[in-house]
Amino acid sequence: MNMTNQLASLGRLTIDFVVGLGRAGLMLWGAIARKPRIKGFPLFVKQLYVVGVQSMVLIFVSGLFIGMVLALQGYNILVGFGTEESLGPMVALSLLRELGPVVTALLFAGRAGSALTAEIGLMKSTEQLSSLEMMAIDPLRQIIAPRFWAGVVSLPLLALIFTAVGIYGGHVVGVEWKGIDSGSFWSILQASVEWREDIVNCIIKSLVFAVVVTWIALYRGYRVIPNPEGISKATTQTVVQSSLAVLALDFLLTAVMFGR
Amino acid sequence: MNHQVSIEPKPLVEIQNLNFSRGEHVIFDDISLSIPKGKVTAIMGPSGIGKTTLLKLMGGQLNPDSGRVLFDGQDVHRCNREELFNMRKRMSMLFQSGALFTDMNVFDNVAFALREHSGLSEEIIKRIVLMKLEAVGLRGTASMMPSELSGGMQRRAALARAIALEPEMVMYDEPFAGQDPVSMGVLVKLISELSDALQLTSVVISHDVQEVLSIADYVYVMADKRIIAHGTPLELKNADNPQLKQFIGGEPDGPVPFHFPAEDYQKELVG
Repeated sequence: MNMTNQLASLGRLTIDFVVGLGRAGLMLWGAIARKPRIKGFPLFVKQLYVVGVQSMVLIFVSGLFIGMVLALQGYNILVGFGTEESLGPMVALSLLRELGPVVTALLFAGRAGSALTAEIGLMKSTEQLSSLEMMAIDPLRQIIAPRFWAGVVSLPLLALIFTAVGIYGGHVVGVEWKGIDSGSFWSILQASVEWREDIVNCIIKSLVFAVVVTWIALYRGYRVIPNPEGISKATTQTVVQSSLAVLALDFLLTAVMFGR
Repeated sequence: MNHQVSIEPKPLVEIQNLNFSRGEHVIFDDISLSIPKGKVTAIMGPSGIGKTTLLKLMGGQLNPDSGRVLFDGQDVHRCNREELFNMRKRMSMLFQSGALFTDMNVFDNVAFALREHSGLSEEIIKRIVLMKLEAVGLRGTASMMPSELSGGMQRRAALARAIALEPEMVMYDEPFAGQDPVSMGVLVKLISELSDALQLTSVVISHDVQEVLSIADYVYVMADKRIIAHGTPLELKNADNPQLKQFIGGEPDGPVPFHFPAEDYQKELVG
C-alpha cells in the first residue's frame, strides 16, 4: 500500500513537472514568437540596463576573486612540478570552459533571476498584469518578452566579462605576486586558448544558461500565487531550480563539447 | 426562451445561464443578468462570493464552464484574441488595488493605453491626459509616482487611466473598499458624474450598500452562488426577502447565520 502511494506521488510529481514545462513553454512561445515591434525596443534597452548593467559590479568583483583564488591554488600545485609557467592556460581554460559560464549563471540567477521573479510576481499580485490584459495589451509581449531578451543578451556578455576579469586576477596573483614571467604567462596562455574549442563553447554554454535561467525566473514570477508567501516562495524556487538546471546542463554540455 | 419584454435601452452586456467553478468549488450556479447601456448597474453581495470573478468573466480573463457572456451581441468567450482585444478597447476596468504601473509616474500611467492604441501625437496625448487627470482632480500629481499617492488618490488616478481611451463601459471592482469617508464621497461623486458626462455604462461591484444604492440605477444582489434579488434601489429597499433585508440592513444574524456551522457547542465544551 505504502509502495503504491509512493509510486502515485512520484507519478503526480512527474505529471506536475510535465504540465509546468508545457505551461512555461506556452508562456515563452507567446512572448517571443511574434513579430518584434519598434515600440518594444526601449523596453528591451531598459531591461538590459536593469538585468545586465546592474549585475556588472557583482560579476566584476566575483570574477576578480575567483581568478585570484584559482591562480593561487593552481600555482601551489604547479610549482611542485616546476611547471608554474602553465598557470596562464590553467586559469584561462578553467574560466572559459567551466567557471566563467557556470558561476556567472549562478550569480545571475541569484541577482537578476530572483529580482525578475519578485518584480513580475508583484505585478501579478497587484493586478498590473490583469490590468494590461484589460487594456488590450498582451502582458507576455509587454512584460515577459523584453526581460527574456535582455537576459539572453546580457548573460553571455557578463560571462565574458567575468572570464576576462578572472584572467586578470590570475595575472595579478601569478605574475605580480608569485613572480612568474609576464611574457611567458601571456604567450603560453595565448597559444593554448583556441577560438572554436574554448571561446565559442564558452559563449554557447552561457547562451544556454541564459535562456534557462531567465525562462525559469520569468515563469516563476508569471505563475506566482498572488500573495506575499507566494512571492517569497517563487523567488526561492527561481534560485534553487535555475541553479540546479545550470549545474545539470553544464555537465551535459561539457560531455558533448569536451567528452571526446 | 424567456425573452424579457422591456422598453429599457438595449443591454450592452448580457450574461446567460453562466456556470463557473474553481476545482470542486462552485462559484456561480446558472446566473443570468443584463447590463443596460448608459446606466449604472450594481452587483452587490457578501465578500468572497466571487463578484470580482464575475468581472473577470465579463472581461474575458476567465472562461466559464458553461453559459455565455455577450458584449454588444458578441460572445466574449467565443472569439479570437484579436476580437477580444478589440472588445477590451471598448471596456475598461478599475481594479480594487488601482493596479497603477508602479514603475511609471501618474502621467505615463494615464497616457499608457493612449500611446499603445490611439496613434495620436504626443502633444494631443498630453492634452487628453491632463484633461482626464483634471476630471478626477489630480492634475497636480501628474509627475508623481503612484507610491507617493494615498490609497484614495491612487484609485482616482486609476479611474483617470480607465477612462483615457473613452471606453463604452467601465467595470468598478469594489471602488469604495477601504476608503475613508471623504475619499468615498469623492469616488461616489466621480463615478456618477463620469457616467453621466461620458454616457458610460458602469458596472459597480461592491458591498457598500448605502453608497451603491445612492448611485445605481439597477441593482443585482448575489448570495449562495446565484442572484437572489434584482431591481431598482427603491424596489430593493422595500422588498421583504429576509436574506436581502439582512444584507441591506447589515444585521449580524438572520438567514446568513452568525455562526459558522460547527459541532454542538455544549458537547464540544463539556465533551
